[in-house]
Amino acid sequence: MIEAKLVENILWIGLRSATPLLLAALGEIYAERSGILNLGVEGMMAVGALSSFATALVTGNPWLGVLIGMLSGGLLAMIHGAISIGLKGNQVVSGLALTMFGLGLSSVLGRVYVGNQLPVEARFLPKPVEPLSSIPVLGRVLFDQDPLFYISLLLALVMWFLLYRTKYGIIIRSTGENPAAVDAMGISVNRVRYLSTLIGGVLAGLAGAYLSVAYNPAWIENMTAGRGWIALALVIFSLWDPIRALLGSYLFGVVEASGYTLQAYGYSQWLLNGLPYLLTIIILTLGATESMRRRMGAPAALGRPYEREER
Amino acid sequence: MTRASNGEPLVRMEGIVKRFPGVLANDHVDFELLPGEIHALLGENGAGKTTLMNILYGIYQPDEGQIFVKGRRVRIRSPRDAIRLGIGMVHQHFLLVDKHTVAENLAMGYAKSFLNPLREVKARIRDFTERYGIQVDPDAYIWQLSVGEQQKVEIVKALYAGADILILDEPTSVLTPQEARDLFNVLRRMREDGKGIVFITHKLSEVFEVADRVTVMRRGKVVGTLRVEEATKEALARMMVGRDVVFELERTPGRPGEPVLEVRDLTVLGDRGREAVRGVSFEVREGEIFGIAGVAGNGQRELVQAIVGLRRVKSGSVRVTGVDATNRSPREIAELGVGHIPEERLKFGIVPDMSVAENSVLKSYYRPPYRKGLLLDYGEIRRTAESLINEYEIAVPSPDTRARLLSGGNMQKLIVGREIRRDPKLIVASNPTFGLDVGATEYIRKLLLRKRDERKAILLVSGDLDEVIQLSDRIAVMFEGRFVGIVRPEEVTREEIGLMMSGSEVLP
Ligand SMILES: Nc1ncnc2c1ncn2[C@@H]1O[C@H](COP(=O)(O)OP(=O)(O)O)[C@@H](O)[C@H]1O
Ligand SMILES: [Mg+2]
Repeated sequence: MIEAKLVENILWIGLRSATPLLLAALGEIYAERSGILNLGVEGMMAVGALSSFATALVTGNPWLGVLIGMLSGGLLAMIHGAISIGLKGNQVVSGLALTMFGLGLSSVLGRVYVGNQLPVEARFLPKPVEPLSSIPVLGRVLFDQDPLFYISLLLALVMWFLLYRTKYGIIIRSTGENPAAVDAMGISVNRVRYLSTLIGGVLAGLAGAYLSVAYNPAWIENMTAGRGWIALALVIFSLWDPIRALLGSYLFGVVEASGYTLQAYGYSQWLLNGLPYLLTIIILTLGATESMRRRMGAPAALGRPYEREER
Repeated sequence: MTRASNGEPLVRMEGIVKRFPGVLANDHVDFELLPGEIHALLGENGAGKTTLMNILYGIYQPDEGQIFVKGRRVRIRSPRDAIRLGIGMVHQHFLLVDKHTVAENLAMGYAKSFLNPLREVKARIRDFTERYGIQVDPDAYIWQLSVGEQQKVEIVKALYAGADILILDEPTSVLTPQEARDLFNVLRRMREDGKGIVFITHKLSEVFEVADRVTVMRRGKVVGTLRVEEATKEALARMMVGRDVVFELERTPGRPGEPVLEVRDLTVLGDRGREAVRGVSFEVREGEIFGIAGVAGNGQRELVQAIVGLRRVKSGSVRVTGVDATNRSPREIAELGVGHIPEERLKFGIVPDMSVAENSVLKSYYRPPYRKGLLLDYGEIRRTAESLINEYEIAVPSPDTRARLLSGGNMQKLIVGREIRRDPKLIVASNPTFGLDVGATEYIRKLLLRKRDERKAILLVSGDLDEVIQLSDRIAVMFEGRFVGIVRPEEVTREEIGLMMSGSEVLP
């Protein structure tokens, strides 16, 4: 029975560590589908993590923490929006700068919190949903989780539906493919892009909040640990599809968790620990070439500013 | 053919001025469109036709002037405003999302229901099919459609938004003659409905075929507006060009010699990984112009790119002067004696931000006399540029001017001059006169004929059927990656070639 317990553990932790990846990837999918590449995910996550941690610590209310985390992520995304949509700047540069800024800010402002833990009432705790949670193995994995986990799952489904089954989704996807066509239909390209970028920032902030208020409710240096980059890789891995992002993030989470868990059983699992990062590097490298991106079906106008009077 | 049209104009534009950096694209232009008329807007490339209509559609803002729609003074700040006023526009470059279906392209702007927007759109598309005879499959992906079909989607898009003013920007430039005739029938039915249609063109024959009135533009100004039955071909041509125009080119019979380019069973993949060229074989001999006709997008681009080394050959072979050139680098192929006049000259023909001098040695800078050790000899480079400027009558202030600032015609002369200076045995020319004014077009065509008479082999790919017929000794018609047939221009009619362009094999 040790084995079943081990599998259950790996899956349970895997889905938990997948949740912030999923949230951030979902947001970035919307931004990229509208044509805006935001490499600032890691930075927005870090600031989201810090602001929500501080809020939850001071107020004792985790929901308030989450709200502030989302707001700060959204705010940072709007800086990226202003530069890349408003000023038609270079999106790669702006996104990288945002990541550096966010990481720096959270590390400096977070110094006073290092070592602090959230009191139990200020955290999101897993709560079993009876009687579903008593199903063997899967019961605990799927039905003994915290509220944000369920929200992220639902969000993936809703965001998929919005993107593929509604007029609004068609508009977002069209904007990332051919903004001139959207403009000619009398729809504001900038408005669509700002909104999608905002969604990306809010969800990156939420992902950060999950890390510091649910997953590991204590403040440590470098809280995000490259998860923003993993999320960016997941966006490519999922071929810009929310449902595939759900499956992909669970896969990544489980791989990460198996390294982590097996270590506790005395295996040296440096390879498994490093695997998500290795995959990330490979995927991001592949996704960096134009022809590869085109073959994978990336939004055709991804990263390109839109200007009406230009030829 | 014409209908008496009276009543208030649908559109009146007065004193429109639009400046772009360095050009006055519209210079106090007046224009009027009546209900129930097809109004041709005629002018050479660069005359300012597209600019004027883009202003009416809200894509550009005029610097001066007033616009009245249905009697009301309006400001059109964006296409959204234009659509609300009942204006629809079919652009020269279609504004469609390739990866989406026809229905999705329409639903994006016009569906009313948030959920399930596609169902309502599909129903209305069927309406238009019945009313105007426009056949489109709502579930087809745009990338699957031919250019002619895509144009129908654009027309449906405009009608869907309730347009009673429809602007078409050079709609026939992408159609076979038969497709063009279908389009004219659709336009006539819309005219019966009382809609006003602006038909932009630079082809005189089309004015006489469909239009009721014609407004002629030259260099940003309106030269005049006439009823078509009062106009003659010669008069319109003179208004358009500003001088008398010769419609025929002198051409002596060709005397083809040894093959210079031999292409065998060539198969090449397109951007999407599908076969764009499917088993094509032909040869081009010295002293011959071999023309390839066809509607754009039938594999011509990929064929040319494979020959000059810009795209990988999947199978088959390319030989130049008997030497295997299959999958060699562009430089190696150029060194075999191939000159290339590419389409999209701003993208593939020059480096826009380098000087005219630097651009004039793009294909030989790495060799003496331009290379001296590790350095470039700029004195020599300038001398080359100056001789090109003189010989090819390139209008440019100095060899140090950035190439971007040249007009289309001068840019093309620079490219052609650069390629010919290297004394190639084979010249590959893709749409060499696309977007040029009449003067430059005539110049380039005569030059190609002269080079043929100097025993060069010339491969001419052009979407302009008249150009291919006028210049070529033999014509291959390309359709869906294959040659439908190879014919001699004196043995077939223009209509027969047109039919072949839509895939039917008419063997003379
Ligand atoms: N967006 C733009 N930016 C700069 N110049 C432009 C732009 N659009 C058109 N022009 C210039 O304005 C002139 C008129 O162009 P256009 O209206 O496209 O002519 P036409 O449609 O009659 O061929 C040309 O000299 C062209 O180069
Ligand atoms: Mg034009």
